[in-house]
Amino acid sequence: MYGGGNTFEGIKTDSLAQEDPIKLAEFEARIERGEKIEPTDWMPQLYRKQLIRMIEQHAHSEIIGALPEGTWITRAPGFKRKLSLMAKVQDEVGHGQLLYSAAETLGKSREEMINDLISGKSKYSNIFNYPAFTWADSCFISWLVDAGAIVNQLANAKGSYGPYCRALDRICAEESFHLKYGHHCVIYLATGTKKQREMFQEALNRWWAPMMHFFGPSDKISAHTEVLMKWKVKMSSNDDMRNQFLDMYVPKIWELGFTIPDPNLKKNTETGRWEYTEPDWEEFKRVINGDGPCNKERLEVRRIAEERGRWVREALKAPKATYVTPLA
Amino acid sequence: MNELALKELLYKMADDQLILGHRNSEWTGFGPLLEEDIAFSSMAQDKIGQSHALYSILHSLGEQEPDTIAFTRHADQFHNCLLTELPNGEYDFSLIRHFLYDTAEIIRFDMLTQSSFKPVAELAVKVRAELRYHTLHANTWVKQLGSATEESISRLQHSLEYALPYALGIFEESPYEKELIAEGIFGGEQALKEKWKTKVEEVINQTQLQLPDWKTMQPILGGRKGKHSEHLQPLLDEMSEVFNIDPTAEW
Repeated sequence: MYGGGNTFEGIKTDSLAQEDPIKLAEFEARIERGEKIEPTDWMPQLYRKQLIRMIEQHAHSEIIGALPEGTWITRAPGFKRKLSLMAKVQDEVGHGQLLYSAAETLGKSREEMINDLISGKSKYSNIFNYPAFTWADSCFISWLVDAGAIVNQLANAKGSYGPYCRALDRICAEESFHLKYGHHCVIYLATGTKKQREMFQEALNRWWAPMMHFFGPSDKISAHTEVLMKWKVKMSSNDDMRNQFLDMYVPKIWELGFTIPDPNLKKNTETGRWEYTEPDWEEFKRVINGDGPCNKERLEVRRIAEERGRWVREALKAPKATYVTPLA
Repeated sequence: MNELALKELLYKMADDQLILGHRNSEWTGFGPLLEEDIAFSSMAQDKIGQSHALYSILHSLGEQEPDTIAFTRHADQFHNCLLTELPNGEYDFSLIRHFLYDTAEIIRFDMLTQSSFKPVAELAVKVRAELRYHTLHANTWVKQLGSATEESISRLQHSLEYALPYALGIFEESPYEKELIAEGIFGGEQALKEKWKTKVEEVINQTQLQLPDWKTMQPILGGRKGKHSEHLQPLLDEMSEVFNIDPTAEW
């Protein structure tokens, strides 16, 4: 799962000055025709750089995203939920694996990417810097954070870089099961005991602001990304994705009898767009820059896992070890 | 058919799978490489699925629902062997435990495909097929890490020596051993243990690890009779934390 916003740097006007104009024109024409760009094809440096940045952030989001939900695997109530949640979180880690491979085709190794994650140099989806206090929080993530991710990923799957699009096709198919699982969990909370309904309402109150932040800053204040839209790296604006999410899921949340903690939330019937209280973008910036409730903990967990596993990875490289043919 | 003997067998097998499955699932997000997160999660899902299938057979024999059996009992009502409940520790211990345990399990379920109790025999065919991948995984990694660097060999050696007495606890005998064998329900722990030793030797001999003399090892017993280490109850408390908010609620 992954949020699309705030993954791009502002583009400098001279970033394309070094590129061969004929090759650049051919490249743009291919994208215009709907062709996919493959790893060995010519591409502008800026395209390569921004794609690595985007796919890497996506991969990190998958493995960091496995942490808040993963802590509920050992506490999931009953066999059905336990088995489903294990499979779901395993999928997320698998998405990470797939995406690191997609990013590696552009020339950055998995190890470099993970080192940049741990040092704080590369980012991941901001929403995972918030804690999952109760079972209902994990249900919110499985349903609505995954729903948001699907909005983003379905758009990106139509992008121009072949390996990323193919990874996203597979990821979206799996995410659709996560969504069903999450929705099912929430329906049980909504139709369960008073305590269960309260648990989800409280989770909704906690997670609504991070969920609105999930799609990134409002278009009014976002970095200019026209060239990335033209190259089909960024496929949809932050506000458009947020609007699509609200359109699809606010009615479903209301249908279950829950209250969304924003008194200004309503659909403007004339424009067809949702209106809402402007999210606190200062808070968003503060959290993404490291000062959220769980940033340190998330990176610390990742750092410790890397440290503890180092001897295993070293042993795989050992020259006297015998090679074992992989199964697939 | 001796139902008490059968139930005792089913409980210990189901509890083993549940508790080790739970431990395996704790690796999610913490593996030494992503591929191992995924592998341990797959094994966890298989094991917990297998425990559910075994509890379901128990339910058909008049015991409570699988969720109730798994999520509401106290540690002293569990019959898993101590090996399964020990904390994951470092990857070397988790790997060695997985190797020792699954080497025994695949033989156990292979024996059970011949069980005179049909529901178990049928389930065993399916479980045995799943366990093939678990032992393939364990053997591949033990051979790899057991012959690689000085550090990997010494870590595995240490964990092997630590885990073996617990592993011998897998074969702690049931009070119904004779009945199980006589009625053809299960071939018995002794027969299983002998086959297991041969298999363990076969894999360890392909590495630079040293297997201590079997005669010097003292099995650590008690799990099958509900006598557990201090690690089981906290595991169960965590497992049932949400379930126990309201055991009558549907989640």
